[in-house]
Amino acid sequence: MRVSFTVNGRRQEADDVWEGESLLYVLRERLGLPGSKNACEQGECGSCTVRLDGVPVCSCLVAAGQAEGREIVTVEGLADFARQRSEHTGCATGACNSVGGDGISLDEAQRWAAKGQDSQTGEGAELSPVQQAFIDAGAVQCGFCTPGLLIAADEMLERNPNPTDADIREALSGNLCRCTGYEKIMDAVRLAAARQSEAV
Amino acid sequence: MGTTGTPTNITQGSGTRGGIGESTLRPDGTLKVTGEFAYSSDMWHEDMLWGQILRSTVAHAEIVSIDTAEALATPGVYAVMTYDDLPTEVRHYGLEIQDTPVLAHGKVRHHGEPVAIVAADHPETARRAAAKIKVEYRELPVITDEASATAPGAVLVHEGRTDHHIGHVPHPNIVHRQPIVRGDAGQAALGADFVVRGEYTFGMQDQAFLGPESGLAVPAEDGGVELYIATQWLHSDLRQIAPVLGLPEDKVRMTLSGVGGAFGGREDLSMQIHACLLALRTGKPVKIVYNRFESFFGHVHRHPAKLTYEHGATKDGRLTHVKARIVLDGGAYASASPAVVGNASSLGIGPYVVDDVDIEAIALYTNNPPCGAMRGFGAVQACFAYEAQMDKLADAVGMDRVAFRQLNAMEQGSLLPTGQRVDSPAPVAELLRRVKAMPLPPERQWLSAGEDADVRQLPGGLSNTTHGEGVVRGIGYAVGIKNVGFSEGFDDYSTARVRMEVVGGVPVATVHTAMAEVGQGGVTVHAQIARTELGVAQVTIQPADTRVGSAGSTSASRQTYVTGGAVKNSCELVREKVLEIGRRKLGTYHPAWATAELLLEGGKVVTDGGEVLADLVDVLEDEAVEVEAEWRHRPTEPFDLRTGQGDGHVQYSFAAHRAVVEVDTELGLVKVIELACAQDVGKALNPLSVVGQIQGGTTQGLGVAVMEEIIVDPKTAKVRNPSFTDYLIPTILDTPTIPVDVLELADDHAPYGLRGIGEAPTLSSTPAVLAAIRNATGLQLDRTPVRPEHLTGTA
Ligand code: FES
Ligand code: FES
Repeated sequence: MRVSFTVNGRRQEADDVWEGESLLYVLRERLGLPGSKNACEQGECGSCTVRLDGVPVCSCLVAAGQAEGREIVTVEGLADFARQRSEHTGCATGACNSVGGDGISLDEAQRWAAKGQDSQTGEGAELSPVQQAFIDAGAVQCGFCTPGLLIAADEMLERNPNPTDADIREALSGNLCRCTGYEKIMDAVRLAAARQSEAV
Repeated sequence: MGTTGTPTNITQGSGTRGGIGESTLRPDGTLKVTGEFAYSSDMWHEDMLWGQILRSTVAHAEIVSIDTAEALATPGVYAVMTYDDLPTEVRHYGLEIQDTPVLAHGKVRHHGEPVAIVAADHPETARRAAAKIKVEYRELPVITDEASATAPGAVLVHEGRTDHHIGHVPHPNIVHRQPIVRGDAGQAALGADFVVRGEYTFGMQDQAFLGPESGLAVPAEDGGVELYIATQWLHSDLRQIAPVLGLPEDKVRMTLSGVGGAFGGREDLSMQIHACLLALRTGKPVKIVYNRFESFFGHVHRHPAKLTYEHGATKDGRLTHVKARIVLDGGAYASASPAVVGNASSLGIGPYVVDDVDIEAIALYTNNPPCGAMRGFGAVQACFAYEAQMDKLADAVGMDRVAFRQLNAMEQGSLLPTGQRVDSPAPVAELLRRVKAMPLPPERQWLSAGEDADVRQLPGGLSNTTHGEGVVRGIGYAVGIKNVGFSEGFDDYSTARVRMEVVGGVPVATVHTAMAEVGQGGVTVHAQIARTELGVAQVTIQPADTRVGSAGSTSASRQTYVTGGAVKNSCELVREKVLEIGRRKLGTYHPAWATAELLLEGGKVVTDGGEVLADLVDVLEDEAVEVEAEWRHRPTEPFDLRTGQGDGHVQYSFAAHRAVVEVDTELGLVKVIELACAQDVGKALNPLSVVGQIQGGTTQGLGVAVMEEIIVDPKTAKVRNPSFTDYLIPTILDTPTIPVDVLELADDHAPYGLRGIGEAPTLSSTPAVLAAIRNATGLQLDRTPVRPEHLTGTA
């Protein structure tokens, strides 16, 4: 079958998709977006987390056909997504002036597109606040959990700009990390939140 | 179109000095947070096929027949291969003993053993085709423990062994046996006022790295193959792969792809040979990616163990003797079992001084899943048992548990039971003091946010099973000792190629090693070392591959020590050459060129007094200086096979933990509130990464204390829980705050005085949590992991 949806602000089409293929498979193997990771294919690890019409989902559990006509944000588009949100709201995590706000609208999401990455090493790339905080806090070791955690953490900060530690743990409890012991992930999310409130 | 996901150089450089001792950031960090970093499972090639492995559904059986016809006839299938299709006479591999068949031959020895491989144009086609292969098994009785392995007339897991351990083991179903005998434990026991005994069980833990086994093999025009792979040691893989393919090593060109964690689980081969075989057979690139289910079968696990200990002490709290017997289940193939036995036995009494010791450790061949390397490597199982014993004995003597440990703690100059003298700092008592001195989390911490209990901070969490009723707090301590580097006489070297040249008007250093970056941050540290030694800001780290000499394994806490040492050494050789060039070109301009100690700093040649002699740009001009050199730490020697005596280890690493737990005693639910760690790291080359390693290692120890265990059915030797639904690893909700106190007492034998750090925190974390649960509940608890039924008495 043919499936078409919007990924990181661009219309995408995939042909010859077999009914059993997950959204994760189509993103990774058919659309050349391997940033979302597959660590369990069972909804247990969160490595494959993407936003589907704004909602964080395990893309390994979403049949590709279910994504038809919908909006997807992956880690590859996160920096641009945050920048666009910031231009719109003046706040890169999306949470500053709208406590409990509902993120960006579908309409807004449709009007942006992720930039291509042309830097081979990624040096100098423009990053979202959460991405930068993960690097600065040492929250990345092997990095396999990182894409999913970034999507989940970014979405939480959009809803909740001043999370308590218990809030952060609850929001990220669907994302396994085997390397860090989570302490530096906690540091990174606190750092992103703190930088955001300083910036207001 | 070429291969997508091929690793590129990563250049890092900025205004900062960024040398050793600073918390510089990962050079691959940006790639990893943007999704651009290519893991082995992300590799892609035009026209590539997908490989699939058919695995045995039974643990021990003769293979009567294999029928591949239907699989081969499936549209989209390009190749099906079994043992009979292997191209050469070399059909087995293994880290130390080549006992593992590439594909099963006549017999399968464990559940999930590879039997056949398939290549197809879609992963689902490959899976379905593999399922169409008909294998007829005639089942054999399963060997699952010491009793069944050594029973009279027991089936031999491996017939006709010829490995170098067979001569000294008491039974062919025992891989290796290592006694450690010092003094006279029997005699010394007579002088003990208190004797405690215990039998302990350690469950089978999985590394559960998040990035599953995967790789891409691309056939080359010269008949060779390019392999992009996630591994811990490229050259060890190469040594095992090439002979099976019938290729010289230079025709198997390996490049490290992004590695999603390892923890020992990538020391053995997984899909490497299978992908290469299919690529060479079909003439097309072949990618294999395990799913999580297969990953549980695709790598070795941590040895489950039964440990029997007797400890004695005098009235004033001095240890008199230790007797121990450690039985490790190695499963169906040897993997790293012999070395795990060496560690468990030689470190079997922990970081304590005992003159009279009698230890025996063995690893079994059984039909359980193969076990091998995992973070802590034999020392973990022993630490769980000897620390439980130390608590028991302290209680018997009537001493404070920490004070009792401190009284018996080893220090620099102490002897190990192997007779080896510890010739660098061993601050065991100090680490215990530090971890005990840390402030405790407040009582009833679940009320910290206000009047109402925050259930998220309580055992049971969001299941909302208690608001504090029935919840009891407990505190436990533990300390451990881990060896660093490969022991027992292994030639444990590494190689580094370092180049220095002027690029775009600035001096740049390029570092090329075959070190597997598995997340630990070796690439960060290599750049720091190059900056410190060569005085450059900008360092390029080349992808790890087999075009440079071996770096040894990313395991045994050894890479910063050994490949870090190799990078430092090569940098020093480069610096000498650069200075020679300087003397030749500019020596006449300043007498200090000939007389002073010269350094490279801030892109300049300076004297040790700080006087600038020249700009590196002017010294080098368009010359490039390059050195590739091997580097070794001081040699070790094997343990005597009867007495275990010998200077077998290179260096030691010490960590201590204090665990604070809260237990819902009615439901048997445990919440670890805090897991504080103090560790001596010698010298923290990158403090941020050091703390990250300690916290990560601590959490893996927590996992095996309260949740992680591969359950193997004792009747069938089949694995019952190969998924993240049934094999639980700690989530962020299960993991407490982990305050870390880092001590830096230099080891003069090591580069910069550093100590390998990655494993020690995994040792003491588990027994500290167990001690805290015992403290909270008053229960004996001699197995790990602890499950609710062990706490409620319903087991
Ligand atoms: S891969 Fe989707 S949750 Fe694990
Ligand atoms: S950094 Fe490796 S799994 Fe999280």
